[in-house]
Amino acid sequence: MEALSRWQPKSRAARWFESRLPLGSLIHSSFIAFPTPRNLNYWWTFGGILAFMLAVQIVTGIVLAMHYIPSSDGAFNSVEAIMRDVNYGWLLRYIHANGASMFFVAVYIHMFRGLYYGSYKAPREVLWIIGVLLFLLMVATAFLGYVLPWGQMSYWAATVITNLFGAIPVVGEAISTWLWGGFAVGQPLLNRFFSLHYLLPFMIAGLVVLHIWALHVPGNGNPLGINVKSRQDTLPFHPYYTTKDLFGLAVFVLFFAWFVFVQPNYLGHPDNYVPADPLVTPSHIVPEWYFLPFYAILRAIPSKLGGVIAFGGAIVVLFFVPWLDRSKVRSARFRPVFKTFFWLLVACAVGLGYLGSQPAEGSYLTISRFLTAYYFAFFLIVLPLLGKMEKTKPLPTSISEAVLNDGKTAARAEA
Amino acid sequence: MAGRGIGSVMASLGWTKMALAGLGLALGTVSTLAQETPAVVIEGVGAVVETQAEDDHAEGGVPHYPLEKPERLDWSFAGPFGAYDAAQLQRGLQVFQQVCALCHGLERVAFRTLASETGPFLTEEQMREVAASVMVVDADTGDRRPARPADYFPGSPAFGSARPAPDLSLMAKARGVSYGFPAWLIDGIIPYQENGADYIHALLTGYHAAPAGTTVSPGTFYNPYFVADEAIGMPPPLSDGRVAYADEAIPETVDQYARDVAAFLMWTAEPKLTDRKQLGFQAIVFILIFAVLLYFAKRQVWRNVKH
Repeated sequence: MEALSRWQPKSRAARWFESRLPLGSLIHSSFIAFPTPRNLNYWWTFGGILAFMLAVQIVTGIVLAMHYIPSSDGAFNSVEAIMRDVNYGWLLRYIHANGASMFFVAVYIHMFRGLYYGSYKAPREVLWIIGVLLFLLMVATAFLGYVLPWGQMSYWAATVITNLFGAIPVVGEAISTWLWGGFAVGQPLLNRFFSLHYLLPFMIAGLVVLHIWALHVPGNGNPLGINVKSRQDTLPFHPYYTTKDLFGLAVFVLFFAWFVFVQPNYLGHPDNYVPADPLVTPSHIVPEWYFLPFYAILRAIPSKLGGVIAFGGAIVVLFFVPWLDRSKVRSARFRPVFKTFFWLLVACAVGLGYLGSQPAEGSYLTISRFLTAYYFAFFLIVLPLLGKMEKTKPLPTSISEAVLNDGKTAARAEA
Repeated sequence: MAGRGIGSVMASLGWTKMALAGLGLALGTVSTLAQETPAVVIEGVGAVVETQAEDDHAEGGVPHYPLEKPERLDWSFAGPFGAYDAAQLQRGLQVFQQVCALCHGLERVAFRTLASETGPFLTEEQMREVAASVMVVDADTGDRRPARPADYFPGSPAFGSARPAPDLSLMAKARGVSYGFPAWLIDGIIPYQENGADYIHALLTGYHAAPAGTTVSPGTFYNPYFVADEAIGMPPPLSDGRVAYADEAIPETVDQYARDVAAFLMWTAEPKLTDRKQLGFQAIVFILIFAVLLYFAKRQVWRNVKH
């Protein structure tokens, strides 16, 4: 806020505008002078990467929508026409399809970073909750988008997921019918999915603004998890974090380009190159990789309704993390026991992802149940108990003390 | 089921289990379709798979395909620098036209694209000749006439009331055999993405007499590579010497025909593959240099700052 009042445009015209709408000051204070902890590591670059991915998806998506036909007869053909006849259509579509995957790579890293460093703790609870809402919207958008090419997996994924609503007692059937706009997945569903797939990204963009606003009120957290105490603890966002974020982004884009240009179908499923056929069920229905852990949880529960509740609960529980975690210490660096449980959670999520890709039977199912139990136990039992029982390590007195002493304090704490 | 050890399940992991689950799903859906709700696909899985699993170890009987995984071949279009071999695509086109086209369509491929520099690279005249040799139905008049460059190959012809054979335009991308973990991960790093072409080659060369005790239902053939259904209905399409190649140096064998037509079908499925890899190389080099410059810019900015 201090910076806001200090910034003055040089030209008279800009000063005239600035006195009527202080847009320049807002940008200057938010993205130029914004005081940022000096000790952020590369895990903090994923916020910027996510903003970039959203822009990529919106831009490629808008152009794809110029060529796409949302009809059950025309959708698959129009996608193939994009791949074959639209200039650089193959590039647009592969960027968009793999972009969805990259978006999830980045968001999962971003979320695990938040968990590891306790980014959800006071005073950042609202920031975290907006983040979970963003994730929910992303899940919905990705699912809707996957249906649009109207291949076999699109069709059957839509069938499986919309059927889940049928599990809700009493009104379930009616909700499924309402979603379909008929009595099965077909033209009306495809049309509304296209409409919603176009709408949700703009809701995401709006929430991103709130997410950044909620970030800029308390300011960034940092790997030590202690509050900024003096000017010495921070650096202006520009040029320090603009250069660091840009470098991180460039490395990420390199990874992204590898998929787009060298193996664009690696993360997809061959069955989605078969046009949708309501009479032929694919031999093995699996969602995209980024939903596999949730899919495993869904199938781990022996009852359909129970599965749906666990599936939804796996995301809903994240809303309560700021209050489930009772520990006053934010960063896992100073929480040795939490750190172990955290890495177990990461392993559990990867394991569930693998199990989600396998048939739900035999040992796969048994292990899925154990991992599902751990997933929920982490949030509902481990987090509340650790807050009371864990003996945390001593915190450094300030960021600058920890950093300027050659990181000795931090190193000692880490050991 | 629950009593089975992890070891035994891991050992029989992969296609057997997947095929079982697949069958389970298919059965589940058949019954649900009968009730006019394509619902409960998930519910169906558990129950059906359990009963199927009991038959898994029975001797003989109807096998669950696929029984074998395709052999991996050395394709010209593999890897980050791969590109189609125009001569091979032209041979593949010849095999397609003389053999496959009797039953299979290629409706997403326009004749004009046969002249593509990064595809079969026919001359303008050759391309027009190929088009003129194929009869298509005019969309406006409904008359049959020789195709023009802007037309597309016809779809699969219908014989009576039988379900037409599948269109082959996208086949090389629409089939893939899962190699499971960790092969899946290694393929992403090497990178190996030619499973579709491998599959087509394996299928075309994979016909042989069924082992003793294996039931092959009437109207189907024994092919251990087949993935798309319970058993393949297509008779062995190729035989040595069936297609005469202009180039004397190329052997006229089933194996060579299968390679050539698999490469051709990879092109029909992914006509922009060569363009993609060429542009990709430029893009990746550009981003790499950009990233290195950004790294040094960042170092320069942070040089006197402890963090």
